[in-house]
Amino acid sequence: MEQQPLLKVDNAGIRFGGLRAVADVEMELHAGELVGLIGPNGAGKTTFFNLLTGVYVPTEGSIFFNGEKLNKLPPYKITRRGVSRTFQNIRLFGELSVIDNVKVAYHSQAKHSIASSIFRMPGHFSGEKEMDHKALDFLKIFALESFKDEKAKNLPYGQQRRLEIARALAANPKLLLLDEPAAGMNPQETRDLMKLISLIRERFDLTVLLIEHDMPLVMGVCERIYVLDHGQMIAQGTPDEIRNNPKVIEAYLGEEVS
Amino acid sequence: MKILKQGKTFWLFILLGAVVFGTVQFMIAGGMLNQFYLNTLFSIAIYTILAVSLHLIIGITGQFSIGHAGFLAVGAYASAIMTMKLGLPFVVALVAGGLAAAVAGLLIGIPSLRLKGDYLAIATLGFGEIVRIILLNMDYVGGASGLQVSHLTTWPWTFACVILTIVVIANFTNSTHGRACISIREDETAADAMGINTTFYKVTAFAIGAFFAGIAGALFAHNFYIIQPSNFGFLKSFDILIFVVLGGLGSLSGAVIAAILLTIVSTFLQEYPETRMIIYSLVLILTMLYRPQGLMGTREIGSLFKRKGSGGGSVDAKQRAL
Repeated sequence: MEQQPLLKVDNAGIRFGGLRAVADVEMELHAGELVGLIGPNGAGKTTFFNLLTGVYVPTEGSIFFNGEKLNKLPPYKITRRGVSRTFQNIRLFGELSVIDNVKVAYHSQAKHSIASSIFRMPGHFSGEKEMDHKALDFLKIFALESFKDEKAKNLPYGQQRRLEIARALAANPKLLLLDEPAAGMNPQETRDLMKLISLIRERFDLTVLLIEHDMPLVMGVCERIYVLDHGQMIAQGTPDEIRNNPKVIEAYLGEEVS
Repeated sequence: MKILKQGKTFWLFILLGAVVFGTVQFMIAGGMLNQFYLNTLFSIAIYTILAVSLHLIIGITGQFSIGHAGFLAVGAYASAIMTMKLGLPFVVALVAGGLAAAVAGLLIGIPSLRLKGDYLAIATLGFGEIVRIILLNMDYVGGASGLQVSHLTTWPWTFACVILTIVVIANFTNSTHGRACISIREDETAADAMGINTTFYKVTAFAIGAFFAGIAGALFAHNFYIIQPSNFGFLKSFDILIFVVLGGLGSLSGAVIAAILLTIVSTFLQEYPETRMIIYSLVLILTMLYRPQGLMGTREIGSLFKRKGSGGGSVDAKQRAL
């Protein structure tokens, strides 16, 4: 904990008119951590993700990533600096093929210009070829390569979730934000997902922040957990600490927790 | 321009282009086409360029722009000024028409592409009308009575422009830049989150589309002896929009086919002036009823001949190696 945190959220919040959707949030993530963010419905978890990724601009406080202030950067620049995300309601490019979805995420790393593509100069072919290879490698990791030419919208639900994670990783993030990755999955799929998350974290040397309602999943994989309620960070700690925190129990888990 | 091989489709396209060009050139040289057919032919070519250029903006990038006649007008007048007022050669006028329209595209695109859906449609519709009204009140270009233009549009130039438009827009679409545009059409928030500079690509697509509409304008102006602001009303924008929608949003070949078919239908219906618009509208309504996705859907003509490879569909659990 001596080195500089990868992500530092300093008193950040956002106000929509008179409503303080998220307020006074403090968070520090260190490289390599897997951290959970939980809270009841409407607590402001997704809004907080939107603050981190630039969809919303914080009205108070600051967000630092790798020591750089992110506050007013547009989303695409934040992504290029190494923060990538998935969405609560899947947002794939439905009409594009599975492999093209991944290639879109590679776009910002592409070296060939518009002119070289229009006039089909050598740079276009080598650039596209490189993208093809990289994207295919990714699909293999996620066991999606047999679907590669299928339209993304035709994939089964669980595969769509996997593809979204694959796409987010293709953007080459240091910090991966997962917004309810297990939503709508059956227990088997959830278990597979847990394994997948641990695996990609090691393989890609990632820091992961995970919003999830599935308590076994969160408690099982996360090293630390933050709890958000009514836009305020009410607790943070290890899964055991969170499980026994009276504030959390009151706000979120209900009265009887075993 | 260096076009390397991109497989059979490309060479088939070049071959088909050469055959069409040769046949028509032969028929013109032999005097086999009368003025009526020639006019139809040039209309088809110009509308094809317009349809393909609007296809890039609406079909690929998903920006619902209905002011395309505005770019056509800018190109037409800019090129006519070049040849008629400044006495420059036609090829300069072609390029100038395209560039003037592209600049107009940038000027209108940068502020208005922040708008989405209906709002963008209204803004671009407004742009088209503003262009028309400015031209109507500009004495330099003849105001309402229009500008006389000499007939300089020839078949080789027209055909070259059609091919150039199709090749450039197809090449742009089939690259990482085209995919970036499609991702904006599919889900702008997600495209942004994947590191796509959405504003840049929307404006670029808009400017490229406007450029080719401007070139079409130059061909249009030098085909009809006179241009008047009334040639570029919003009904013209809707005509172009209809090609794109009817051909299938997202399909370049669909836009081309629709432009060709509808121009032919509309030309031959000129013999029945009383019922022309009724029949034309009926054709549109029936097509939309039976092919709501457009003639081609999102597919391209090449995919009709290709058999789909052993695509996915059955992935077995064994492959989930993780």
